Amino acid sequence: MPLEARNISFRYHKRQPWVLENRSLSLCRGERLALLAPSGYGKTTLALLLSGYLKPTKGQILLDEKPLPQKGVCPVQLIYQHPEKAMNPRWRLKRVLEESGGMQQNILDAFGIEHAWLNRFPGELSGGELQRFCVARALLSGADYLICDEISTMLDVITQAQIWKVILEEGEKRNMGILAVTHNWHLARRIATRIVDLQVSEALARPASPDVYFPR
Amino acid sequence: MNEKKDILLEIHNLSVSFCMYHHGLEQRDLQVISDLHLNVAAGEIVAVAGSSGSGKSLLASAILGILPGNATVRGQLYYKGKELTKERQGQLRGSEIALVPQSVTYLDPRMKVGAQAVGHKRPYPTGKLRSLFQRLCLPEKTERLYPFQLSGGMARRVLVSTALITDAQLVIADEPTPGMGLGQAMEALGMFREMAKDGKAVILITHDIDLAFEFADRVAVFYAGTTVEIAPASDFKRGADALRHPYSKALWKALPQNGFQPIGGFQPYAGNLPKGCLFAPRCPHKTAKCEDSVPAIKEVRGGEVRCHHAT
Repeated sequence: MPLEARNISFRYHKRQPWVLENRSLSLCRGERLALLAPSGYGKTTLALLLSGYLKPTKGQILLDEKPLPQKGVCPVQLIYQHPEKAMNPRWRLKRVLEESGGMQQNILDAFGIEHAWLNRFPGELSGGELQRFCVARALLSGADYLICDEISTMLDVITQAQIWKVILEEGEKRNMGILAVTHNWHLARRIATRIVDLQVSEALARPASPDVYFPR
Repeated sequence: MNEKKDILLEIHNLSVSFCMYHHGLEQRDLQVISDLHLNVAAGEIVAVAGSSGSGKSLLASAILGILPGNATVRGQLYYKGKELTKERQGQLRGSEIALVPQSVTYLDPRMKVGAQAVGHKRPYPTGKLRSLFQRLCLPEKTERLYPFQLSGGMARRVLVSTALITDAQLVIADEPTPGMGLGQAMEALGMFREMAKDGKAVILITHDIDLAFEFADRVAVFYAGTTVEIAPASDFKRGADALRHPYSKALWKALPQNGFQPIGGFQPYAGNLPKGCLFAPRCPHKTAKCEDSVPAIKEVRGGEVRCHHAT
């Protein structure tokens, strides 16, 4: 039951160049795929496409051979690169978490989210604290797939290790498929079961080609 | 450090607190930076590492004097030996002290990138801008684009260029590298190194601590609003045993290439700080002394550390 991008091409406007051209990618449940590429290669665009925020100009995004559902909570959840932009600045954080389907104390504890924070607005927390909310929000919604778009670049390494530990544990428990977009080769080696480097290989274009495997 | 004559920026006993509403109309002060010391000499790159929310970006704002109105700054700031007052901060920022902002939202969404990078500088330095963009691997047409047309890493490099185009003596770079690939990050940091060679100084606030070790001269480790350790960058390259404070050791061990081992717990909230050592609740070596008294800064093996048990 994979999440699949089939021969997708995308451009933001008719007069603009292609950001992605004829790319294919599949992500199975229980798999952790790390995507490495320099900036400007369309990683974020791909993440937005896979989670349904953008529609591909050509080709399709398929979840279990069907297009992404239009109603309800999307089973593919995106964790955005900039948490400060990913929340309604006028909603208290409690409301942000409630929107994604109730609170589970164990997840809040795992991210060290204190109850005092829930009554605050997003602007009153630091970037690292906000990012923990974003990850918690994605996990609370019960998603099957997580698209993590450079979620840990703005976190200190201890928080980074903590967050990834929770994501990996939850991912294993719920058999989630995780796509991690990152620049950090060391991080990719740590978390991924499969690594695709857009610069080195065109593996994304040819899904059947042998990828780099790092058995854990 | 004191025998060096050309200390550019001196920070003594800095504390920053915010006055905020607690319950209804009840106000209280929230101290987010406390008792902070840092010296920056000309020609050096000081990396500031530490946990998110430890007040690194606030330090930058305090130096530039751009904190919001409800903030109170106590302590002494000296720039080139003279006290850094509000008026002086206003004169110096943008010309002598430049900031690379942390978030790409600092770019004006309705202004073309080129004009934005140049700012008020006249005559318009076309040649300088072109060569700068070229070195930062930004295509020439970037100048004529709007911020929403840039990718995250490109926007980041534009922010770096806004500081480099000025003739600033002190550049405060607040997380300039996230979103950039390794090569680009190296190039950007290499440009900071060149600036340092010209006798300028750079404060590099960053989470990419493995990069910081490569480029910085000294690393200041922040935790919960104060410095816990200031060490030569070479110590971080040697490994956890060369470091002095348990928090810096934990940082080193949490790097993906060195074990990826998180420690338990989280940084205390600024309104609810422990009485003694700030790191005590998470520290593996804590004793009764740590919970009672705040350790003073002391010198250990050529670095400064704030721990009772540092050796």
